[in-house]
Amino acid sequence: MYDTSDIKKNLKIKIEGVPFTVVDFQFVKPGKGNAFTRTKLRNMFTGAVIERTFRSNEKLEPADLEERQMQFLYKEADNFVFMDTASYDQLQLSADQLGDNRWYLIDGTNVDVLFFNEKPIGVTPPTFVVLKVLRTEPGFKGDTSGGAMKPATMETGLEVSVPLFINEGETLKIDTRTGAYSERVNKK
Amino acid sequence: MLPRSAASALATLPPATRVRVAGRVIALAEGGFTLQDDTGCVKVSFDRAQPLGAIVQVHGVWREGRIDDSVVVVESRGSDKFTRADSDFTFLSGKRLTNLRARARLLRAARTFFDAEGLLEIETPAMVPCPGLDVHLDAIEVLGMGRAPRWLHTSPEYQMKRMLATTLPGVYQIGKAFRRGEKGKLHEPEFTMLEWYRTFEDAESMMRDTERLVSALSTNLLGSTQVPGISRPVDVAAPWERVSVEEALRRYAGVGLESVVNDEERFYRLLVEKIEPELGRGKPTFLTDYPAPFASLARLSPGDSRFSERFEAYIDGVELCNGFTELVDSVEQQKRLEQDQETREKVGSTVYPIDARFIAALEDGVPPSGGNALGFDRLVMVLTGAQHIDEVLAFPVSRV
Repeated sequence: MYDTSDIKKNLKIKIEGVPFTVVDFQFVKPGKGNAFTRTKLRNMFTGAVIERTFRSNEKLEPADLEERQMQFLYKEADNFVFMDTASYDQLQLSADQLGDNRWYLIDGTNVDVLFFNEKPIGVTPPTFVVLKVLRTEPGFKGDTSGGAMKPATMETGLEVSVPLFINEGETLKIDTRTGAYSERVNKK
Repeated sequence: MLPRSAASALATLPPATRVRVAGRVIALAEGGFTLQDDTGCVKVSFDRAQPLGAIVQVHGVWREGRIDDSVVVVESRGSDKFTRADSDFTFLSGKRLTNLRARARLLRAARTFFDAEGLLEIETPAMVPCPGLDVHLDAIEVLGMGRAPRWLHTSPEYQMKRMLATTLPGVYQIGKAFRRGEKGKLHEPEFTMLEWYRTFEDAESMMRDTERLVSALSTNLLGSTQVPGISRPVDVAAPWERVSVEEALRRYAGVGLESVVNDEERFYRLLVEKIEPELGRGKPTFLTDYPAPFASLARLSPGDSRFSERFEAYIDGVELCNGFTELVDSVEQQKRLEQDQETREKVGSTVYPIDARFIAALEDGVPPSGGNALGFDRLVMVLTGAQHIDEVLAFPVSRV
């Protein structure tokens, strides 16, 4: 069993037989009152997001999920197609089911697909992925205001803030827990 | 040597002025680089490549939008690692630095406010033998104090109230308070508390203080009483909205007082889920007249002992402070602390000793007084538009 201190993004729990993944969570506590953890949970069957507030130290049931490594083949409309490299079986997951994890899938790479009662319901991306910059403004604008970041679009469509010196075509390490730029991967 | 110019101040200089600027090389380009200091960025023309990330001083001539004829002194070797998300440069620069400047200004303004009111600034010990017995607050134990166990206080209330025995007009303190296990968007285990007390005054007077203090600080920082809040703007000009706990329960949760007075967890769940998000929208709100079971250290209302003279203030859904007409009856105080000890024992929390010196001070006589404890970090948040407490801290607990 988990309790509320175990709650973190992407934790998988089961409520009334349905697996949920934690999308967001927040410690809330009136100054003189009980502590709670307010969560946003994604239903892993439907992709729908619900809000649920847990009392501090309340017990949570883990979702029994099985992970199988599969190859991500391609995206077709709003569906993502994966293949078991041993059996060549293929399966599909929708963008809703994948949530933000859809931004970390690159054609032809391996990824852990999650199964609940033999049904595919999501993926677990590695903590860091390396993605290529598809579009970003040239960095050297010489303006005298603002910080040192600018927007960039990655090859998967992910939007991230990157330092000014980053150029199109460079490869960056992205933290899949936050969706944020981590560092530039040095070119060989 | 030329005085150093801020990058953001260069635009006001006449062209051809000789300048010295210093900062970090944050981007390279043909024929130069971009330098960033704590105020902004400037383009520098220079014919040799500079290491990205290096800290440099530049002596040159300011021309429209850039520095020419530069002499560059490299003070530290560069690396593009400085832009990794967890570098101090990335973390501390930009908006956070702006927030920290606002914070420093607000600290000064708060002291100016209370000094002008004739309250005495005091500092009480952070390490105490008897931290508060609030059922839902846990203190951090200090090791190495031998036979005299000490904890970091969760609020400096006992020592501050003991000061009132002198009958001085009032005291205030801006200092750290410590609460075990509290970390979130609005919580930090080590946070800054602004706490003040006035003798021969009551909760009503504390609410008026709060209105005037927040208006004064907002005007000082922003030039008006319109503050950004954490999500929506709020006008903090007095008077603020006042809603009793009973009315708030009816209005926002659709339940009567009787359904919660004997069920503390239900009360606080309704408070965080239904009520708090509705408070302090557009105008700040005082939540007043807490039912007697939630009186904490407040006096019960002389006219109706089902209620207490306790209030909290909310701005844009953020709980900002908790104030009382202070309980100064030593017998009643002793009784409530013993009840708190019993409750802590029952729920398995550490049972701290009752502060005998505090009780003795009440026995010897403390004037009727009002007190208020305000989360200073949260005030900085609603005045700067920060959405997370980390944004108004240089070193939140995860980065110490």
